Amino acid sequence: MAVKHFSIGGMSCAGCVASVEKALNSVEGVESSSVNFAEHTAEVEGHVSAEAVIQSVVAAGYEAALLQTEEDTAEKEAAEFEHYRSLLKKSLLAALVGVPLFILGMSALLPDLNSTQGQVIWFFIGLATAYVIWFSGGHFYKGAWKAFKNHNANMDTLIALGTGTAWLFSMVITFNPELVPSLARHAYFEAAAIIIALINFGSALEMRARGKTSEAIKRLIGLQPKTARVVRNGKEQDVAISDVGLDETVRVRPGEKIAVDGVIIDGHSAVDESMLTGEPLPVEKNIGDEVVAGSINKSGSFLFQAKRIGSETALAQIIALVRKAQNSKPAIGRLADSISAIFVPVVLIVAVITFMLWFNFAASFGAAEMRLSYALVTMMTVLIIACPCALGLATPISIMVGVGKAAEFGVLIRNGEALQQAGKLNAVVLDKTGTITKGQPTVTSVQSYAKWQQQEVLKLAASIENASEHPLAEAIIKAAAENEMTLFASQAFKAIAGHGVTAEIEGQRVLLGNAALMLSYNIDVSAAQMEVRRLAELAQTAIYLAVDKQLAGIISVADPIKEDSAGAIDALHKLGIKVIMLTGDNQHTAKAVAKQLNIDEFFAEVLPAHKEEKVALLQSQGYVVGMVGDGINDAPALARADVGFAIGTGTDVAIESADVTLMRGSLNGVVDAIAISRATVRNIKQNLFGAFIYNSLGIPVAAGILFPLTGLLLNPMIAGAAMAMSSVTVVSNANRLRWFRATGAVK
Amino acid sequence: MDIFVNIAAVILILAIIWWFWLSTAKAQTISEKQVVEILLEDGVYNPARIEVAAGQTFSLRFIRKDASPCAEKVLFNQLDKSLELPLNQPREIELNISKAGEYSFCCEMNMYRGTLLVR
Repeated sequence: MAVKHFSIGGMSCAGCVASVEKALNSVEGVESSSVNFAEHTAEVEGHVSAEAVIQSVVAAGYEAALLQTEEDTAEKEAAEFEHYRSLLKKSLLAALVGVPLFILGMSALLPDLNSTQGQVIWFFIGLATAYVIWFSGGHFYKGAWKAFKNHNANMDTLIALGTGTAWLFSMVITFNPELVPSLARHAYFEAAAIIIALINFGSALEMRARGKTSEAIKRLIGLQPKTARVVRNGKEQDVAISDVGLDETVRVRPGEKIAVDGVIIDGHSAVDESMLTGEPLPVEKNIGDEVVAGSINKSGSFLFQAKRIGSETALAQIIALVRKAQNSKPAIGRLADSISAIFVPVVLIVAVITFMLWFNFAASFGAAEMRLSYALVTMMTVLIIACPCALGLATPISIMVGVGKAAEFGVLIRNGEALQQAGKLNAVVLDKTGTITKGQPTVTSVQSYAKWQQQEVLKLAASIENASEHPLAEAIIKAAAENEMTLFASQAFKAIAGHGVTAEIEGQRVLLGNAALMLSYNIDVSAAQMEVRRLAELAQTAIYLAVDKQLAGIISVADPIKEDSAGAIDALHKLGIKVIMLTGDNQHTAKAVAKQLNIDEFFAEVLPAHKEEKVALLQSQGYVVGMVGDGINDAPALARADVGFAIGTGTDVAIESADVTLMRGSLNGVVDAIAISRATVRNIKQNLFGAFIYNSLGIPVAAGILFPLTGLLLNPMIAGAAMAMSSVTVVSNANRLRWFRATGAVK
Repeated sequence: MDIFVNIAAVILILAIIWWFWLSTAKAQTISEKQVVEILLEDGVYNPARIEVAAGQTFSLRFIRKDASPCAEKVLFNQLDKSLELPLNQPREIELNISKAGEYSFCCEMNMYRGTLLVR
């Protein structure tokens, strides 16, 4: 059943609650509703469209709006484009006035202020620029004033004060040119207009560039289809995705996107989950298999029962997780946050001090006549060049791109802190079973001894294991099933922990287990010694079968290594990371796997409960440790590690169970997570460095620090251009992360 | 003349310090279960200072009228929470802060700022 939340307007008393509830319940499909008078909200449950609910509430004399819906990407993009166009229009108008004034001024074609005629012309120029400031820069002034009233100062404050000072000073000397010496009689109307043009243009460019930073999340949102074909009363009908209820039957045709999570109840198909998991190959799905929202049905048509809807689907959870992570900041960004919080008032003070210095000491540099002009120009330039936005943007914009990019490869990073830590890792601990290997043991060979045949050995072993719950038992039973064997019934079954099993089969005493079991029953296994040693070198586990106190055979079981594990471990080495393996297997098997994959260190015979201790041990040796495990059994070790990686196959992995969730079952996900984390942290450092350097060099230059050496002051218009471009540069640099390429993923 | 200009400049510096750092806007006090509507327009959250008792559950309903991309998210850094703010669509966040103190909420760039005063 879908639940929708609405904001209700116009309720003035408790009596209104009853009226609104009546209106809600009158809508067909509403199962239940409740109105919260204090919060002015309503919760509606049932198969019902938002429009119908709103219409009913409006008809009852109140207002209603849907709350907390997933935003319509197209609508958002349209609003953004409208704002972009408005910025360009404002920029163009300001430039149309500012640039000709600048050219005429440079060509000495404008009159000076020493004549009445000149004053009149400048007055009208002043009026024209006032209009430009109002039309193209009014939002800066409005923002600055509102912020000021809230005891706050922001970017708008700096722009409004900088351009406002230029206009006001120019107007004052237009009316009273004698206030300043004749050399200093220069109006700065064109500067105000051009600065506003440049900053609006910079904002428009920044907006364009920022649109690209959220491509990843847009792509994820785009995976969600808008409608689903449900079967109701035996008929198929298309309904809005929000109207699909739990346990409803949904039809998926070839080429369609799956709308919600569920379980197939009829039919089969191959489903492409690559957009969610990064896994390149389509996955075969049959009755009883899970399907997830956002994946694409490739070939067959099937019916499934909805099991998770709305915000509960894996896709919705992934989107929520990525969004949350994109909005979080790592420690590296906190310094910039502390600085940007006090930045603008500090710049205001620096601007006043700059004014004072020039006003009092210009004469020392032979500029006595120009002191008021220089004091004002430098003050204005300091206000204009300072760019708190570049500083504030440096971290979040890179996190936004980095975390989004990682999600495209099926790597979900929980927050900015995890991303920063992942970049610092110098040791990675891998759980062997299910991480390095496929986690599905299979029988690789059967050896028989004495009078026994291989088929008999396998049949007896499978018959005894039929009653066992050991993971290796499954492999033996599966092998027997593949050979179409009919198993014997076993009696007096007994499992001996850590050793094996015993039972009576067909009147014979059968033992199946390790060497310790054989030893405890005094069974001679010397005939198999060579074979057992050979198997150990191949990282295969030998299981002995004895019948009536005589060795009958050896079954070797191996958990195959994933095809890409060796490449991933090699890639980790190339990143300078030590690779350590944890396994419950014996020393021989562990050593063989470690040797085969070039693993630096291994801990064998580690019980699940002791994995955490091994991680702590490595940390005490000074390593920054990443632990890769299955997210459920390895939870304590994952939590202990500096970064816990939960690895899974497909969307079954427990999302948010670790710092980093790998949707692909491949170890390449670990390599990608570390590589993109390093690239993102490097990108943040570049941005922060650039923003710090820009401001710490730009402000002194704007204040005129180079004047004693060069005799030149920075033109406020150049300061405006520099400021406009600084934010664009930060966003563009972050966008470079979009070109990051993953290892072995589909994208 | 010079002395007056210098005195005015010093007064201006002191005024900046006082207005932006030593003095604060009046906070809007809210009670248990109350929903505060915060309008985000022209780069400012209004109201920008909200006072609430520790341990109280309350909701902030943001309505974004500011088209600038800077305004599209509001972050509660100390609370590790955030909210996407689509244009003209109300978005609500329910909070319950048990520890007294000042908790800021801001845009991504930390330029648009507001404060939750938890007493």
